[in-house]
Amino acid sequence: MNLLYDPWPWYVAGPLIALTMFLLLLVGKKFGMSSNLSTICSIGGAGKYSDFFKFDWRAYRWNLVVVLGAVIGGFIASKYMSDNTVTINPDIAQELSEDYGINSAGQAYLPPELFASQQLTDPFVFAILIIGGFLVGFGARYAGGCTSGHAISGLSNLQLPSLIAVIGFFIGGLVMIHLLFPLIFS
Amino acid sequence: MKYLSYLTIGIFFGIIMYKSEAASWFRIYEMFQFGSFHMYGIIGSALVLGVIGIQLIKKFNIKAIGGKEMNLHPKEKGVTNYLVGGIIFGLGWALAGACPGPMYVLLGAGFPSILVVIGGALLGTFVYGLLKDKLPH
Repeated sequence: MNLLYDPWPWYVAGPLIALTMFLLLLVGKKFGMSSNLSTICSIGGAGKYSDFFKFDWRAYRWNLVVVLGAVIGGFIASKYMSDNTVTINPDIAQELSEDYGINSAGQAYLPPELFASQQLTDPFVFAILIIGGFLVGFGARYAGGCTSGHAISGLSNLQLPSLIAVIGFFIGGLVMIHLLFPLIFS
Repeated sequence: MKYLSYLTIGIFFGIIMYKSEAASWFRIYEMFQFGSFHMYGIIGSALVLGVIGIQLIKKFNIKAIGGKEMNLHPKEKGVTNYLVGGIIFGLGWALAGACPGPMYVLLGAGFPSILVVIGGALLGTFVYGLLKDKLPH
């Protein structure tokens, strides 16, 4: 296996994610990515409309620097460390193709049917992306955290609220894939 | 110097997200179809090590660099906001195939369309701020 170039298996990635959390704790911060969204809203002047955004965003600059790093990391990994294809379970790939016309599993990192730039002119695709993002942003703030803040940091600290949130994440995800996808994509 | 460490951790995280394919829409879809152990293995193994590590931090009272307490605050008690917020988040996670960390990773990987998802997430955060006092928590 070529560790630099091949996809990393779960037993490499999972421990490295735990290490990311410990490194952030060690420098006095915490692992939780969705807080950035509030910070950016605050910088953009959202405090004029809601007290929720009236905080000193300068205290959260560190988190924006982590995000900047994540952007750079994505650039490095995609440019130098990957052939940018994702191979999934062939049965699932076939279902995707037959049920929803998404034929790109194994050939791309994200389905171009949804993420190719020229698809943005398709109102249906644009709506999927913006509504998906909206639900992520709204839900993460309502639940007080996302996959990193609850599923990794919160559960690692044995927090019951995080367990409730993670159960919610999976209920929502399963409802979307099993009940709503057939309605949205057929 | 401090900011350099945050930047380095961010780069490290970005590479992990991309290389593990946790930032791929396909992997999220596959996870919710129970088609592979991959995503469960990532979250599960991070969690097992996370739980052990945080227990050790508490047992030996390990401090952050500079001698401050580590940032391990208990979450506020509650059910409704965590469950309902969590369900809404999960709907979006499965639809867009990205959560807040990977969104930025995908931007760096050269997918301009992800800006629409990030824009939607900012809008969702903003609308939550507007409605916060009217929502059950």
